[in-house]
Amino acid sequence: MSPTCLLPPVIALVFSPLLLGVINRTKARFAGRAGAPLHQPYHDLLKLLRKGAVYSRTTTWLFRAGPVVGLGAMLAASALVPFGGLGAPLAFEGDLLVLAGLLALARFVTVNAALDTGSSFEGMGASREVQFSALAEPALFLGLASMARETGAVSLGAIFASLSAHPWAESGLAPLLAAVALAIVFLAENARIPVDDPNTHLELTMIHEVMVLDHSGPDFALIQYGAALKLWLLGSLVVGMLLPVGPGSAPAGVALAGGGMIALAVLTGVVESVMARLRLLRVPQLLVGAGALSSLALVLAFV
Amino acid sequence: MNLGLETILVFLVLANIVVLASSRLTACIRAVAAQGIALGIFPLLAHDAALTARVLLLAAGSMVLKGIVFPMLLSRAARDAEVRREMEPFVGYTLSIVFGAAALAVALWIGSRLPLPRATWSPLVVPVALFTLFVGLFIIVSRKKALSQVLGYLVLENGIYAFGVALALEEPLLVELGVLLDVFVAVFVMGIAIFHISREFDHIDTDRMTTLRDWTRRRRAPGTALSGKGEAAGEGGK
Repeated sequence: MSPTCLLPPVIALVFSPLLLGVINRTKARFAGRAGAPLHQPYHDLLKLLRKGAVYSRTTTWLFRAGPVVGLGAMLAASALVPFGGLGAPLAFEGDLLVLAGLLALARFVTVNAALDTGSSFEGMGASREVQFSALAEPALFLGLASMARETGAVSLGAIFASLSAHPWAESGLAPLLAAVALAIVFLAENARIPVDDPNTHLELTMIHEVMVLDHSGPDFALIQYGAALKLWLLGSLVVGMLLPVGPGSAPAGVALAGGGMIALAVLTGVVESVMARLRLLRVPQLLVGAGALSSLALVLAFV
Repeated sequence: MNLGLETILVFLVLANIVVLASSRLTACIRAVAAQGIALGIFPLLAHDAALTARVLLLAAGSMVLKGIVFPMLLSRAARDAEVRREMEPFVGYTLSIVFGAAALAVALWIGSRLPLPRATWSPLVVPVALFTLFVGLFIIVSRKKALSQVLGYLVLENGIYAFGVALALEEPLLVELGVLLDVFVAVFVMGIAIFHISREFDHIDTDRMTTLRDWTRRRRAPGTALSGKGEAAGEGGK
């Protein structure tokens, strides 16, 4: 195991809040504002960490475990995702299933913590979160399965390495369709705009934000940081499929993947600026559509 | 495999999914039109050896008809009948997409088992053509508005056309032109019929047209005083 394999998690840990900054800056520019500095999310996290936490008397240990286990799952997941041609520290056959499982675990503890507060709003958010992710997960799984089938590998690192060996034109449309499906999953799972509006604070329409209303101080910082990591990890899956970089091209590959991440963040900001949030009833349709794209990619990979 | 052809096939499938998922008739009309244009390019790419005048004529004819004339006729019918969206289909949109995914799987299965007279140039053509057929039939049975059903008919025809291009490249020109003409006349007549139906009944929901029979019975039942009203209705129907 080479020491460079420790770099992908470190890069994810250091730069993930920066993505949020880029998204917010893009949105500000679209709205004609100067916008907060790019490193504002870091300051927000530090500010939250310095505050004290308030716990409702109705909550139990489930509520306190939520942010900690959630962030722990994200940290573990960050050790699984390769970045820019650098292999991940943990790479084994079937690690994509573990990745999906860790994302599901983080979601499970967040939902539990939300239900533990006994607030009706948070229960509503939890119900929506679970409903939408039940639809987003097949899209994620089928997309990853189509890539595994296309490349004949069942490990994320091997899949990306094999994708970069076949340039786009040769491997056909399956990676493109799977990448589009994963991009929709990326927006949905990170509570981004066609599905959820991260800026709104009207409980009736929120999904993710409403579940974490009762968390304060350091707990909230852990949740925010976990969300930033999730954004980074799912984003690097999308970028890894669209801009596959082979192993061994370390500095240039990392730069390319980093540029891809910034581009993805800018694109997310543009989407958030030009699109309205979908009606809640339409969201399942979008996610099932993503699932249909994924299954089409799988079909193409099989033929 | 030829990447251009594969792109067209995937595009056909995506257009089908749009037709299944969208409640807006304009979006559906555009998707079907795009499908028609993509199908027009199809024989041009499939005949990479000889671009004869016959192939060019066919491609141009089907593109003009399906890409320009049909959408215009249908949009006009939609505007005249004042329908913008399918309100309550028999099968919801999310379920329709799920059906689409299932139909794709069934189409692949059948495509892999169907004995073909000759090898096709891509293993995907027959499944995609079958899938388009299934989607067309499904739209016809699952939507209420007459206009959506016409769209389903067009999708069905696109599937048949794709099947024909995949298998019978040597089909006589006369047959292909005849099919195009049939479809043209059908869409033309249906467009006019939709306009008249909507003018007469203020809606084009086909499931509510079963009340037509009751309406005539009611009109006849009183017998005496309503003859004038009956004549007026008869005039409006022309």
